[in-house]
Amino acid sequence: MLVLLPVLIPLSIAAACLLGWRWRRLQHALAGLGAAAHLVAALRLLDVVSDRGIQVVQAGNWPAPFGISLVADLLAAMMVVVTGLIGLAVAIYSPATVDARREAFGYYPLLHVLLAGVSGSFLTGDLFNLYVWFEVMLIASFVLMALGGERGQIEGAFKYVTINLLSSALFLAAVGLLYGSTGTLNMAHLAVGLRQADSRLSTVLAMLLLSAFGIKAAVFPLFFWLPASYHTPPAAVSALFAGLLTKVGVYALIRVFTLIFVRDPAFTHTLILILAGLTMLTGVLGAVAQNDFRRILSFHIISQIGYMIMGLGLFTPLALAASVFYVVHHIIVKTNLFLISGLVHRLSGSYDLSRLGGLYSTRPLLGVLFLIPALSLAGLPPLSGFFAKLFLVQAGLEAGSTLIVAVALVVSLLTLFSMMKIWGEVFWKPAPAAVPGAAPAGRAALWLPVIVLALVTIVIGVAVGPVFDLARRAADQLMFPEAYIRAVLGGQL
Amino acid sequence: MAFLLALLVGALYAGALYMITRRSLVKLIVGLALLSHAANLLIFSAGGARRAAPPLVCDAAVPHPQAMADPLPQALILTAIVISFGVLAFSLALLSRAFRITGEEDVDQLRTTEE
Repeated sequence: MLVLLPVLIPLSIAAACLLGWRWRRLQHALAGLGAAAHLVAALRLLDVVSDRGIQVVQAGNWPAPFGISLVADLLAAMMVVVTGLIGLAVAIYSPATVDARREAFGYYPLLHVLLAGVSGSFLTGDLFNLYVWFEVMLIASFVLMALGGERGQIEGAFKYVTINLLSSALFLAAVGLLYGSTGTLNMAHLAVGLRQADSRLSTVLAMLLLSAFGIKAAVFPLFFWLPASYHTPPAAVSALFAGLLTKVGVYALIRVFTLIFVRDPAFTHTLILILAGLTMLTGVLGAVAQNDFRRILSFHIISQIGYMIMGLGLFTPLALAASVFYVVHHIIVKTNLFLISGLVHRLSGSYDLSRLGGLYSTRPLLGVLFLIPALSLAGLPPLSGFFAKLFLVQAGLEAGSTLIVAVALVVSLLTLFSMMKIWGEVFWKPAPAAVPGAAPAGRAALWLPVIVLALVTIVIGVAVGPVFDLARRAADQLMFPEAYIRAVLGGQL
Repeated sequence: MAFLLALLVGALYAGALYMITRRSLVKLIVGLALLSHAANLLIFSAGGARRAAPPLVCDAAVPHPQAMADPLPQALILTAIVISFGVLAFSLALLSRAFRITGEEDVDQLRTTEE
């Protein structure tokens, strides 16, 4: 039952928000309370999984592999916890920033449908069910992206919708072919079934899924949709997307390439490693040329995705643990940066770096709050990003892949350069002539999520031991999937 | 049968890709529709399209599983059709909105956010 809660809570909150369609205050309260309940349920789930091992629910009590299995291992539980945290931050941040017209057209129901889709994707143990959760998440994100109907949003939404539908079609084709060749779609059962299958066929299917999930995760060379769309909706929506959506793609890659396609890592995982290096480089170089706050951040999502799949490509327990740690750290930091960009926009009326400036003299607290996630993203000690990169570099050196380690370090320097550019342009340089559209940001609801997420970043940095220990145990479950398979299929292997 | 299906799936994929690479937004959406049809038929043929008894088990005589058709691909396709129907309806609404706001039907003109 506990495994189902992170999906059921947002879905029922979405339904409740629909019932309260006309009452905005009620929707605010429901969205906030629902997100808090989601976080609590997720934390409890993580606690149970950490204590008692992998939790499985067979939908409708049909035994696996005939029914749909929902599986919470440590990785899934950790991801659901972070989803809950981001959902709560955005639910608190939204009432103060999202305008009444967007709220009147179902912003809060969509927000919670999105959270349900993301949590469902993390918890499902069935490949076709993963496709369905992807679609739940996508359709909510399509509408959130286009809601408001500004020109930029519509343009961004078209690209976003098209490329995601392409990716879904690829995913669906791969699902069909996998079913045709193994007769099952339960991921644990697939892991067993593909051991006997033709390894060339399984590699072809692996490549299909790599392209499908690669598009969703914005991996090189399939990332162009991201910087074209993520900066167009309101800041709360960008923050939610930036934190969660690409990471669902990364999660799917990690899941599929540790559980199902592990026959030929010399080919598949080396390819992932090469893609990781290219993703890091193109993302960070793309950011250099940008002059819009949120577009710079968008390009940095891409380069950071590179780090996350670098751990998967190295495919050692330490590297995977570093990847898991990296994903958790990144979701929190990146959401926070986008929330801060929303605050800056509210205070100064622009996202354009050339029209911003002088915020450090008027709002020193905001400057400090920006520096915490920005320096963490670049990897400065003692923040969470430093340790994420440290573990990755250590894993890379242990695996003898010095080239990718060198790339990772150079990209980290360039990230620092980019963050300093934002710092200099937005906070340090003297303010340009006043821009119309600026509003005072007095509401605590705007600052609270930013402050809390910054504190979480610091806490992960200070208490790196326990968090990394958790990531390490999650990685062990991924590297040795026998426990996962046994938990899902019972004794029958 | 399998051969015909394979040809059809291939033709649908080719048509879809051709339409998606056009510059017109309407053709783009037609392409996406074709793409989902292609994927659905691919599942159908990969799941084994063959003549067989319906998968109904009466308690009198249980037929051999090999003699029965596999109902799962059809269940998958049905789900996928419903999803693609919803998504296509949304993209048509988006198209009409895009045309009203930008007055453009050319994909190349929708680039103001990338400059």
